[in-house]
Amino acid sequence: MFDDPNVVLHCEKIDKIYPGTKALDQVSFDLLKAKVNVLIGENGAGKSTLMKMIAGIEQPSAGKMYMDGQEVFFKDTNAARAKGIGIIHQELSLFPNMTVYQNIFMCHEHKKGFFLDDAAHRKGADVILKRLEHEIPVDAMVGDLRVGQQQMVEIARNLVQDDLRVLIMDEPTSSLSAAEVKVLFKIMRELLAQGISIVYISHRLEEIMEIGDHVTILRDGKYVADADVKDIELSWIVENMVGKNTQYHRFERSIDLNRAEKILEMKDICLPKQGGGYLLDHVSMYLKKGEVLGIYGLLGAGRSELFECLMGMHKEHTGEILYEGKRMDVRSISGQIQKGLALVPEDRQMQGLIQTLDICKNASIASMGKFKSGPFLNNKQEESAVESEIADLHIKVADKKLPILSLSGGNQQKVVIAKGLLTDPKILLMDEPSRGIDIGAKTEVFEIIHEFSERGLSIIVISSELKEIMAIADRIYVLSNGKLTGELEGDRITEDELVRASYAGLGTGKSA
Amino acid sequence: MKKNNNQLLMTLLKGRTFIVLIVLIVFFSFASKSFLSTTTLTMVAKHVALYGILALGMTFVIITGGIDLSVGSVVGLVGMLAGGLIQEGLTVGSKTIYFSVPLIVLFMLIFGCLAGLLNGLIVTKLGVAPFIATLGTMYIGRGFANLRSGGTTFSKIAGYEGLGNVGFKALGSNIMGIPAGVYVFAVLAVIAAILLKKVPFGWYVLAVGGNEKSARLSGIKADKVKILVYMISGFCAAWVGMINTAQLSAAHPASGDGWEMNAIAATVLGGTSMAGGSGTIVGTIVGAFVIGVINDGMTMCGVSEFWQKVIRGCVIILAVVIDQTQRNLQAKMALQARNENK
Repeated sequence: MFDDPNVVLHCEKIDKIYPGTKALDQVSFDLLKAKVNVLIGENGAGKSTLMKMIAGIEQPSAGKMYMDGQEVFFKDTNAARAKGIGIIHQELSLFPNMTVYQNIFMCHEHKKGFFLDDAAHRKGADVILKRLEHEIPVDAMVGDLRVGQQQMVEIARNLVQDDLRVLIMDEPTSSLSAAEVKVLFKIMRELLAQGISIVYISHRLEEIMEIGDHVTILRDGKYVADADVKDIELSWIVENMVGKNTQYHRFERSIDLNRAEKILEMKDICLPKQGGGYLLDHVSMYLKKGEVLGIYGLLGAGRSELFECLMGMHKEHTGEILYEGKRMDVRSISGQIQKGLALVPEDRQMQGLIQTLDICKNASIASMGKFKSGPFLNNKQEESAVESEIADLHIKVADKKLPILSLSGGNQQKVVIAKGLLTDPKILLMDEPSRGIDIGAKTEVFEIIHEFSERGLSIIVISSELKEIMAIADRIYVLSNGKLTGELEGDRITEDELVRASYAGLGTGKSA
Repeated sequence: MKKNNNQLLMTLLKGRTFIVLIVLIVFFSFASKSFLSTTTLTMVAKHVALYGILALGMTFVIITGGIDLSVGSVVGLVGMLAGGLIQEGLTVGSKTIYFSVPLIVLFMLIFGCLAGLLNGLIVTKLGVAPFIATLGTMYIGRGFANLRSGGTTFSKIAGYEGLGNVGFKALGSNIMGIPAGVYVFAVLAVIAAILLKKVPFGWYVLAVGGNEKSARLSGIKADKVKILVYMISGFCAAWVGMINTAQLSAAHPASGDGWEMNAIAATVLGGTSMAGGSGTIVGTIVGAFVIGVINDGMTMCGVSEFWQKVIRGCVIILAVVIDQTQRNLQAKMALQARNENK
């Protein structure tokens, strides 16, 4: 039915529906033969989801895939691998408890009769690693290697396959040094010369301009545009990635922030990364009373880690935190809550809610100590406090004793916010407060942020959506690769500036 | 200087179970005059073989991140089934069939595998946590062991010449002065070591225990691997059930009660991590010797049964604490080596 010699794999109107969200919406995609096919989009645009379909990790809810003119269906990774499709995962999928050669030849074992031929494994692993210009001892435990070396092992695993036709690389360079990226690009060109097609997902736009052949852009699970790299410029990518149509109205502030005092100051915050480098690299910033401070950055830029340091979850961080002018001693999470900090975490289900408790308990759990008569819980106090918060935040609740999961995503998020507010915070930290909720609920969350900041609450909001952060924040810091790469205020807040700064910390060897 | 100290400590830590074993043997040979006698050592060897065979199977299960609490009950139930088949035969309708000993051994081994299959299916297909799944089958197995005879013992396991089913007791005899169970242990240990080290299956076991999600993404059938390790454990337990019955010359429904704990202790002492992903057969063998020597040595020295329990508990906790110390040190040394390479 579908046959084009230049296309190795064709996706036709792929849908992927997860409970509550549509991750892919009628996406069609041509994987060009012997080219570097680049996929671009913001976090959650559906790039990784599309690749999971092609690699057989997950199956489409609707739509078809074709290879060599025939329809294919991959019920698991083995089925995709049988068609020559390999994938290098965004998160490493190695076995830290096993040796380098065992990892490389896992599921591609050499055998002599029934027995494993470890001599062949060692030699084969050595040859592949030499080709990758990484002479890692093949008997070393993978868990003992640097992250960059582990990434190379992950890449090596995919080169073992003889009949490789398509190699999917989901952000392979995120943990590589500039020199390692160069080697990777060399290998990629070799693979292309052998007729192997590559799908390349990366956030590093300069890299894409260097290695990419054809770019496809996704946004909110939908196809947006595609073009040959030679025909386009960076600004075209940014424009299509971010989109133009979604606009939030900007909130007007009645507080004069120029005259507000600094409530929180962080100086030289460093958080070391396991295996070398920094998650936070000498970051200094401040927050004024009543201010809505935005923190923008890509995935892995160190945004959530900053909040975690403030909440006392990373004791190993260094640097100074001043709170209302005084040095703050960060000891424990409960201590930080008592001092007046509250966190609305990024992952609502895993970190924000306790699914087995009802709405009321979820809201009051962080401030339970306040509602006591002697040693006993005072239910009346607790319930009236929760009720007033429910009214204040306009949470649509039929009965506060209902299970928390009976609420919509937006209302669940408001319960998490209520939980934070019930602790009477002076500073509210919100990590991606609009993730996974519909547009109406988003607007309401933004209104809550605005309203409480007008009442004098100081708020820091992390967001990876440009339009949102531009609408709600008075001032924005940009983090990139653990470094502070921008501070924007007022009219200086523009999409171009934000995007530029968010890539500024990613050195790729050549000057950008 | 500090690095050399670390390396010395590391060598000591790696061989710790073996060092402990030697210290224990030396200690008990001084504490009790009769410890180094042939009789005592034969007895120790008998016990070590029983715990050791169970621990071999347990090692596979624990490496995948699971646990098998049912092995003690399988020991008891297999003993009762084998003893019953010899003493009473199998009555179908009005006919009673008596099987030859090799057939009975074969049936029991198949039964052990089926018991493991049941555990594996409950864990993988029904998604029950291994601890709970095998706790359940532990009670079920013990119940059936009692139901088989109404709680009484099968004592005529020598068989009858006329029925052609003699010979079962050979499993409990000594061959060239060494208990038959020790030979079985040795053969099974070699097979287990080959399975874990020399064939792809061993890699898959380690992979599932190390990172199950990655294992699935690599195309390993993780459920199949898990079911197989429980079957191996059941297979080992069936051997122990038969050897134990032969050694005692009787099948008693309470046999093997609590032995799963000895097996787990031997495995953990041998350096297998309860979190899964690492473990060796050699370690487990040494662990089984330590458990056997401690148990019998303390009895020889006249330590009361009550104190024995206290001491055994302390040894197990200490072993795991030392194990974690070794892991931390290892991680530290790897980091050090990495920084030096830079």
